[in-house]
Amino acid sequence: MKLNTKPNIRDHDNIYDMITDLHHNMTDDESMKANAKLVLLLANHIGDSAIIKEAIDIASQFGK
Amino acid sequence: MSFDAIPKFKEKAYQIAPELLGAGKTKHPFVIVGSGPVGLTCALELGLKGHDVTIVTAFDFIPHGSKAICFSKQTLDIFDRLGVGQRMVDKGVTWNVGKLFWRDHEDPVFQFDMLPIKEQKNPGFINLQQYYVEDFLIDALEQMDNVDIRWGHAVKEIHIRGEETTLTIETRDGDYPMATRYVLACDGHRSTIRQAMRLDFEGRIFEDNFLIADIKFTGEDALRRPSERWFWFDPPFCPGGTALLHKQPDNVWRLDFQLGWNIDRDAAIRPEKVEPYIKGMLGEDVVFEKEWYSVYTFQCRRMERFVHGPVIFAGDSAHLVSPFGARGANGGLSDAENIAWKLDLVLKGQADASLIESYNYERVMGADENILNSSRATDFMTPKNKASLAFRDGVLELASEYEFARPLINSGRLSKPTPYYDSPLSTPDRDEWINGPAPGHPCVDALVMDNTCCTWVLGALGNSFKLLHFGNNPPNTSMEIISVPTTGLAAERYDAVDGGTYLIRPDQVVAARWKNASKSDVTAAHKKALGFS
Repeated sequence: MKLNTKPNIRDHDNIYDMITDLHHNMTDDESMKANAKLVLLLANHIGDSAIIKEAIDIASQFGK
Repeated sequence: MSFDAIPKFKEKAYQIAPELLGAGKTKHPFVIVGSGPVGLTCALELGLKGHDVTIVTAFDFIPHGSKAICFSKQTLDIFDRLGVGQRMVDKGVTWNVGKLFWRDHEDPVFQFDMLPIKEQKNPGFINLQQYYVEDFLIDALEQMDNVDIRWGHAVKEIHIRGEETTLTIETRDGDYPMATRYVLACDGHRSTIRQAMRLDFEGRIFEDNFLIADIKFTGEDALRRPSERWFWFDPPFCPGGTALLHKQPDNVWRLDFQLGWNIDRDAAIRPEKVEPYIKGMLGEDVVFEKEWYSVYTFQCRRMERFVHGPVIFAGDSAHLVSPFGARGANGGLSDAENIAWKLDLVLKGQADASLIESYNYERVMGADENILNSSRATDFMTPKNKASLAFRDGVLELASEYEFARPLINSGRLSKPTPYYDSPLSTPDRDEWINGPAPGHPCVDALVMDNTCCTWVLGALGNSFKLLHFGNNPPNTSMEIISVPTTGLAAERYDAVDGGTYLIRPDQVVAARWKNASKSDVTAAHKKALGFS
């Protein structure tokens, strides 16, 4: 398996909406914690450290 | 040299060196420096194997105070082989369960079992004050004619010239030289020998202070408390920090509180500062006596190499970890176990001198694993930035409801034996194995039943090279064979229900294994495990 970086979700606008809506009415600290939980939940679902590592590498590439 | 500030558990008698009276050995095969658990364990193992053992130690007492308390199953297995295990277990507090608490939640967010593989002789852990461990080891050593413990004899200098190593020993009656082939530097984290050789540690120092309160319960509720490891993240009585509660023998409890960095360390151990923490954890009405209060910081560091010519570093002199995970003393005792059998066989001329170098390979690997685990635990407990804190708190919030988050909670990954991957002493597998301990891995215990009695595998293996054979057709070698039936728990744990043969090292690490071993297989693997290439 390899990290899928091609479009993989059909209702992309909806998912984007859901993720950003999560932070509605949250302080920055609350947001950071909610994001952390989200990452952990999804990482556990993926369950493959090689794939997660690929995603981490990409996430660390741009605009520090 | 004054040790007035160090509390004493037991005085030990200084005696003038025979060298200062015109007698004494001209050259020792080895000298053990330090009377902590690591040096004493090396001494007992080598003494039992028939060597003349000399220990020099600056102390003329067994120190009291808050030191190691958690001794692992593997350590107890080592102590069993030295004949002192049962005494440790009898005196110790046995525990297998750890509970993790968060903030003011009354129920634990997670609990774990330290002995996931049941039906082994020894428990996952015992708690026992380090001074008892030292006392019991010393008792065993004092019964041996071939062991000389020199209390109050401090190493002052070391000179290495080719094959000649000389220690200068300082005593109240004057200095004297001691010539030796090997030096086992088990002299603790401020190792005189390491400093004299201008060697240092590499690694991280963690900027945090922890308060240890060892207290004795004197009230009635003492006996009702379970002997479990309780750990808190961000509890109301230590906001933003962590705390630990652990039972020791004699109704002594170890309480540990994270204080943070910028504190007045002397003020922090005053009773009026400590007691609010104790009452916060245990309730306003707790009745107790102070045993010992202290503040510590810690480091996760090691020497680049543990073997420097004739000088071998073991325990805290070679590596330091945070206390969360009980990897300090247990890691040091793994060092002792690893070097003792190697030195024994090298001195007897039965192994190649390069066997000593394999200690460096294996125990650096062990130290790295211990440092990695204890650094990770520290980072979880003390998040280094806002994002790490968000992840930590996120894990703790999820854990009570969502099972996946529970194993992510890290209050210390408790000590377990390190496999020696790619050890130069191991013969890689030739056959397909589904499980069982692979070469470089520690043996697993199991009870073996036959018609007349039952025996623990680890007990039968002892501390010399053995063949552990499953079935009725062992290879025809001169090596001592432990035969085990192909039915039962041992055969299952060694993946040998269809037969098989394991070559086991004296430290009960697998050197090689075969489904069908020939005599030449065994001979070649044995040679390799003795350091002959």
